Amino acid sequence: MESIKNNQLYQLFKTQFLLTIREPEVLFWGMIFPVLISIGLGLAFTQQTESKFNIILVEKNPTELDSLLNIYGREAQSKGEKVQYWKVSDKTLGNTEFKFSHSDWNSAIVSLKRGEADLIVTDSLGKTSYHFDPHNSQAQLVYMKLSALIKSPASTMNIVNTDIEPLTLKGVRYIDFLIPGLIAFGLMSSIMWGISYTIIERRSQKLLRRMVATPMKKSNFLISLMFVRILMNVVESLILLFFAWLIFDIHIQGNIGALIVLFLAGNLAFTGIAILVACNTTKTEVGTGWINAVQMPMMLLSGIFFSYHNFPEWSIGTIKLLPLTALTDGIRSIFNEGAGWMEVIYPTFALSALGLICFVIGMKLFKWY
Amino acid sequence: MYQIEVRDVYKSFKDVQAVRGISFVISPGEFVALLGPNGAGKTTMVEMMEGLKKPDSGEILLQSKNWQKNEKELRSIIGLSLQETRFSDKLTVFETLCLFASFFRLGEKRANEIIELTGLESKRKSMVGTLSGGQRQRLALGVALLNTPQILFLDEPTTGLDPHSRLDLWNILKELKDRGETTLILTTHYMEEAESLCDHIIIIDEGKTLTEGKLEELLDENSRNLDELFINLTGRALRENTNTDL
Repeated sequence: MESIKNNQLYQLFKTQFLLTIREPEVLFWGMIFPVLISIGLGLAFTQQTESKFNIILVEKNPTELDSLLNIYGREAQSKGEKVQYWKVSDKTLGNTEFKFSHSDWNSAIVSLKRGEADLIVTDSLGKTSYHFDPHNSQAQLVYMKLSALIKSPASTMNIVNTDIEPLTLKGVRYIDFLIPGLIAFGLMSSIMWGISYTIIERRSQKLLRRMVATPMKKSNFLISLMFVRILMNVVESLILLFFAWLIFDIHIQGNIGALIVLFLAGNLAFTGIAILVACNTTKTEVGTGWINAVQMPMMLLSGIFFSYHNFPEWSIGTIKLLPLTALTDGIRSIFNEGAGWMEVIYPTFALSALGLICFVIGMKLFKWY
Repeated sequence: MYQIEVRDVYKSFKDVQAVRGISFVISPGEFVALLGPNGAGKTTMVEMMEGLKKPDSGEILLQSKNWQKNEKELRSIIGLSLQETRFSDKLTVFETLCLFASFFRLGEKRANEIIELTGLESKRKSMVGTLSGGQRQRLALGVALLNTPQILFLDEPTTGLDPHSRLDLWNILKELKDRGETTLILTTHYMEEAESLCDHIIIIDEGKTLTEGKLEELLDENSRNLDELFINLTGRALRENTNTDL
């Protein structure tokens, strides 16, 4: 046991591990935050709740809507004002409740700007007119639902959509899309900050210089940094996966061996990038800028939270070349599409090769002191 | 055999000539002070002797061996304390010493000996971030002494310390001197530190050696102490400012 304690690789690994877990922020951002964000977004996008829309009526004369509200609406008091509710039940798509209140034009516009109202309805020669931003998809939805309701109010009282077959397959929910993205993003973020920033900070403190002024093997220092980071990534991903399984019943449908290899290839890719980013910088402020410059575009473009297919067609090819996109798509295909070794062989090799190339260039340019 | 041989060494950074043809030799067991004002080239000279910077020309030998071919061996016989090194705040004193001890294949026993030597027993389990300036300097000295170095380089080890902390450090170094197993190269702004600890003085300015020799040989009627000697040589006091040296 004494000889292990005297071993520099053991001591480097031990101290690096202690330094990592002694930062409370690491535990929060690496372990608790991804779970919280998955719960928050997962619940927001997977639970079927009642849709509530606020509509302001600016009318000089009664319209057909007023007549319908007299029949189907329910009067109530809200914040000292008289309002009317019209509720439509839908077993498949969820219930919808419209809340109508009366106001003048200027106040209605202010409410719209504040997001308190979705739509303004006015009368024009006894006919209903709708006012909203046509680029606002929420307002568009309100318009379509309300105008359809006015056209056939009785038939939409209790909707049973016989033409809709709800998909209950595993892997098609938003949370199924989100969890692989969060695992990939967590991996990138943890490596970029855990390796790049640590190296730059130690260089700026002249600790790196002090360490290499001893017989310490430089490779041991880097190996310990990488090993601790990969260990932390495994723990963080397992915690996220456990909560995703517990709360949302997430399952890995594909090959777990392929997932492990792809996960390690992702670690290798971002470790190489992290070493390259940190190879020469001596100021933490500059290092932070570089880390953000690498991370931010991938965080926005690689389809972590929403599909990158929403971006223009011409940009999709480039987005697919980003390492985070390759990793996210690969993990997603194993989780949701049942992918195996053959489906992820290309991203695994591409990520490993990228990591090795960046690592070699980074080490060529590396400034120890 | 000399412990250190420096022969006609030059070193430049972009448009600054930090060291311009410095030569000297240091014998085993000698305690040598390298004195000079800020920007004189002391730190550059020491870092070249430590193998952390390469000279543009000239030769530096430690125990007749150069850094290019004998780095691994030389790293194991030297100890050093750099200007402004910050050890990790979230490691304890003991953990820091054990980490550095492992680089020399030494263990907890040696770490405990160093804690005793530097008087940090009560701070053994304290995080480095909670240590005072004096305690941090004692830790830095302790790390430098872990491998019982044959050659010890200390770059301004007492700068910024209060008189009490400085005295603590001097006592540790005097103990080391009495054992006679270590050669010390010390850079400092404090004349009394050089006078108290060192038997050989090298004064440099603008990258050149102004004078060197045993303290008693350098002093005369016009220069009754090191302060006066320095003013006579350079026309200014040693501690006119305290910015980081080159």
